[in-house]
Amino acid sequence: MIKYTEEHEWLRVDGDLVIVGITEHASTQLGDVVFVELPEIGTIVAAGDEVAVIESVKAASDISAPLDGEIVEVNEALVDEPGKVNQDPMGEAWFFKMKIDDMSALDAFMTEDAYNDLIG
Amino acid sequence: MTDLNSLPLDGLHRELGAKMVPFAGYEMPVQYAAGVMQEHLHTRSAAGLFDVSHMGQVILRGADYAAAALALETLVPVNIAGLGLNRQRYGIFTNDQGGILDDLMLANRGDHLFVVVNAACKDADIAHLRANLPAEITIEVIEDRALLALQGPASEAALARLNPAVADMKFMDVATVDLCGAQCWVSRSGYTGEDGYEISVPAPQAEELARMLLADDSVMPIGLGARDSLRLEGGLCLYGHDIDTGTTPVEAGLTWAIQKIRRTGGARAGGFPGADRILTELDKGALRSRVGLRPEGRAPMREGVQLFADADGGDPVGHVTSGGFGPSVGGPVAMGYVPADLSAPGTLLYGEVRGKRLPVQVAALPFIPANFKR
Repeated sequence: MIKYTEEHEWLRVDGDLVIVGITEHASTQLGDVVFVELPEIGTIVAAGDEVAVIESVKAASDISAPLDGEIVEVNEALVDEPGKVNQDPMGEAWFFKMKIDDMSALDAFMTEDAYNDLIG
Repeated sequence: MTDLNSLPLDGLHRELGAKMVPFAGYEMPVQYAAGVMQEHLHTRSAAGLFDVSHMGQVILRGADYAAAALALETLVPVNIAGLGLNRQRYGIFTNDQGGILDDLMLANRGDHLFVVVNAACKDADIAHLRANLPAEITIEVIEDRALLALQGPASEAALARLNPAVADMKFMDVATVDLCGAQCWVSRSGYTGEDGYEISVPAPQAEELARMLLADDSVMPIGLGARDSLRLEGGLCLYGHDIDTGTTPVEAGLTWAIQKIRRTGGARAGGFPGADRILTELDKGALRSRVGLRPEGRAPMREGVQLFADADGGDPVGHVTSGGFGPSVGGPVAMGYVPADLSAPGTLLYGEVRGKRLPVQVAALPFIPANFKR
């Protein structure tokens, strides 16, 4: 089950972790991604903290933590191949995995239908 | 909200799927469906068509060419009177402090001088001309012509299909050429570092010309995003960023544009705004220089990034004026100003990005060798 944030991130549960990436819509809006900076493993984040940087040819953007938690894994492949974000934003180009305190917090985010309504 | 102007080819851009953005008071295509990266790479390997109709086109006329040329020389530190017939040259308007008001292209067209200026400075440039040129020089602002640029190694073949005469043009030649029945003013020049042409076409005939060129398999429409990354890799200045009223042409590395005849000892030395400062700097050197910059990592260093001599401590020694990712270079590229004694290629500096100082090397310009048809 995937949930979506208003900042165009997707969240997927994997055991007791939450995987975070950016949506196809976001990656199309960004254009060709040329640089990704990932957080350090072990970083404790609060919801809304800027946690990763994505840059296209023209502009820098960032991903914020959707929830409070701890970064436990990052997708190093994006550092060498930032273009993956455009190729497979919903799958291979996940950004990081985090451990969160309360899985039920995910209920507050959008379903796929609600997200599709948002992007119109 | 201020209304934005539309380009003559606005409908075509939208039909081609352009993402339109405001730029210099116009709605302009920043990219098409292909995206900035592909548009950039295609221009260097084949041919790209750019709509630059937002730029200003001006015709200056005097009793003869020499009169118009000498008049313009009072505002531009370039040998204009000695420019050959149907030849074009790069120039700048300077101010009394030796700073740059705009950069421009000017061409000897026999009975007139044809000048192309930046869109953002168009109104100010025209006012500058009106305020400073003698009354005998007429200033005609061209409002009924579009301006297209066709750039890339496949440009000659693509344009020659419409009129073989363009193949005989060398870099910086200008000619009146019939293209699809339209009387076009064509120069072999551009803003990408590649071979190519800039084409002034009557606005009502612009769409047919554009469609004809786009019908060629090798030609793709290119937006402002790729225009910027192409010129950055080419080491070319963008007015308002790499050059402005606070930079002299010597600091900016544009001394090649100031021919000897306008320098100390030349037959028409000085006689333009800021000559004292500029001629002194030509003789003695400037305290700072525009340089190329190659961040050592993958993070782009963009306009505004402060540059330091050391990894820790010290005040900034310079700053980035243009920066981003170079698709042909395959990594981040930038330009900026540093003290003259730190301007040698290979000098290691540090750019502060998101609070951290990252290593960056001074690099020779251009990043990608030019391919002009000389």
